Amino acid sequence: MAIQATATGDPVVETARRPREGGRRFPLHWLGAVPFIGYAALFLLLPTGIVVVGAFTSNDGGLTLSNFSALNRQYILNSFATSLALSALSAVVGAVLGAAFAYAVATGNPRGALRRIVSSACGVLAQFGGVTLAFAFIATIGGAGFITLWLRSHGIDPYAKGLWIYELPGLVLVYTYFQIPLMVLVFLPALDGVKPQWREATESLGGTTWHYWRYVAGPLLLPAFLGATLLLFANSFSAYATAAALVSQGDIIVPIAIANLLNSETGLANPGLAKALAFGMIVIVAVVMFLYAVLQRRTARWLG
Amino acid sequence: MAATAPATRAGVEVRLENLQRSYVGVSALNGLSLTLAPGELVALLGPSGCGKTTAMRLVAGLEEADGGRVVIGGADVTNLPASKRDVGMVFQAYSLFPHMTAWQNVAFGLQMRKVGQDERRRRAHEMLDIVGLGGFADRYAHQLSGGQQQRVALARALAINPKILLLDEPLSALDARVRARLRDEIRRIQLEVGITTLFVTHDQEEALAIADRVGVMNKGRLEQLAPPTEVYSRPATPFVAEFVGLTNRLAGVVRGGEVEVRGARLPLVQTGAADGPATALVRPETVSMTADDEASAGPLVGTVIATSFLGATSRVTVDLGDATVLAQLTTADATTMPPGTRVRLTLRPDAVLIARDEAAAVEA
Repeated sequence: MAIQATATGDPVVETARRPREGGRRFPLHWLGAVPFIGYAALFLLLPTGIVVVGAFTSNDGGLTLSNFSALNRQYILNSFATSLALSALSAVVGAVLGAAFAYAVATGNPRGALRRIVSSACGVLAQFGGVTLAFAFIATIGGAGFITLWLRSHGIDPYAKGLWIYELPGLVLVYTYFQIPLMVLVFLPALDGVKPQWREATESLGGTTWHYWRYVAGPLLLPAFLGATLLLFANSFSAYATAAALVSQGDIIVPIAIANLLNSETGLANPGLAKALAFGMIVIVAVVMFLYAVLQRRTARWLG
Repeated sequence: MAATAPATRAGVEVRLENLQRSYVGVSALNGLSLTLAPGELVALLGPSGCGKTTAMRLVAGLEEADGGRVVIGGADVTNLPASKRDVGMVFQAYSLFPHMTAWQNVAFGLQMRKVGQDERRRRAHEMLDIVGLGGFADRYAHQLSGGQQQRVALARALAINPKILLLDEPLSALDARVRARLRDEIRRIQLEVGITTLFVTHDQEEALAIADRVGVMNKGRLEQLAPPTEVYSRPATPFVAEFVGLTNRLAGVVRGGEVEVRGARLPLVQTGAADGPATALVRPETVSMTADDEASAGPLVGTVIATSFLGATSRVTVDLGDATVLAQLTTADATTMPPGTRVRLTLRPDAVLIARDEAAAVEA
């Protein structure tokens, strides 16, 4: 290690080059990243490339923008609107409830059993989606779910005004099930980064609990909270299996619309339009993840 | 630094009266009483877990006392929350708000007191000038070195014109060079402002260098409260003698108000000590020695086995056969007696403390 002094007097520690027998060699330290790079190229970059190229390709293989001109069809616009609403609602609800839950965990013993159990459970539940989750909800609070039947037997009909579980409100509820644990996992490190000295400093300077949250903890945690909310938005926006299992009819959200355009057995298949829709999703997720990265960088600087 | 006369004494008297605090049945503070005179800097010194930080947190209002009172400027603040105590506090580290610039940090306490923005800014810059960071007002914490951050924290604590300044090991996270410089700077500013200050540290050199009086704590009690020179030269208890500075523990016998150590008779700090075996606590600087290759065996004859160079002085370890003794000599003298040299020791007849069972702690 070499230690240098900067202009401000701060020591800067950097890794020093060590002498090698036989002089300089071709650097090989990047070799360890090859499996990851290969995996990302095969399962992320290649499919993305296929989608992008396909979105601008006509049925006869030529360059075209016609796939995008079909995006203004009403049912597609509705799919995008529902997807955005579902993602935003489930992200906000998941973020608020997850943050409150994470705060409760963070204020407990950092090495306690509760913390370990919650972290492990959230790690599992954040991945608990798809057909299994949809079935769990259908079997419990679906139209013929046992909780629904029990409520009806006591004179309460949760579906008196329609089977909302299979519409947007139902999707929000089901998505929240995996959004909350994801929020706990993502937001807990930020809460851990809040130093107890900041609250004590606020108090000794004349501030109250309100001042602490208004001027110190709130502004410090806001970027992390917004970043986590964006991550939840992207998580929800790209989810497919849960909605597909729960809602079998129509093109309620974009991923289902894409699936229907690729799989239609009634002559409505349109792979070019499906890829144009997927391209639209990639753009939205890319914007969201860019904003997430910007907020994460700020969070790391303050709470790292 | 501690000998410097204060320019003004604008501070208030602070009294800690019989403070008690325990954690899950373990006593952290056991009836601590201490009075800080207006404008005085008292350093609480002691090992980890001795209760010094607990005492400071009780004064700050960050913890509630189980018993006793805290009186600041004549007002009993024991039951007031921290936000209403008018106390400025500098923490060990990491206490600056990272999303605020240096001047915003300094101005924060003024904002809590609803001071107008222009006045806040003016006062914050004034305080940053006092701590020598006038040109760093717009920097964030991560753009400042550890020493600079602590100076901003000091400016922030002082900006609200507190009645007492509390410094909770503010230098412990800094490297030695910065620590010594900032220590002197804190003292300069404290004298300039004239604020009553309680400084908590486990570093004896720091406490002795900065304080008007040093309170040595052990197991939740104050063992001695006295000016630094007195704490060092006339420690009240064996614990103080051994915690502050280096001490040789030499077996001896008390007879007629003196202790006989390896043939040398030394006066006692404790008057009225009963006759009988005891351990004398002898400072290395009271041990002198001369080279004597011809010396036959004797209680104070031995061989130099190691020398530690400390700058102007050196610490020499001498093996007496049944004990080792540390002597602090000028480096010039020490170099004439390298390891392997046969030497004869002389004990300067300064008053020494003896240890038998632990002596009772003195009340402050």
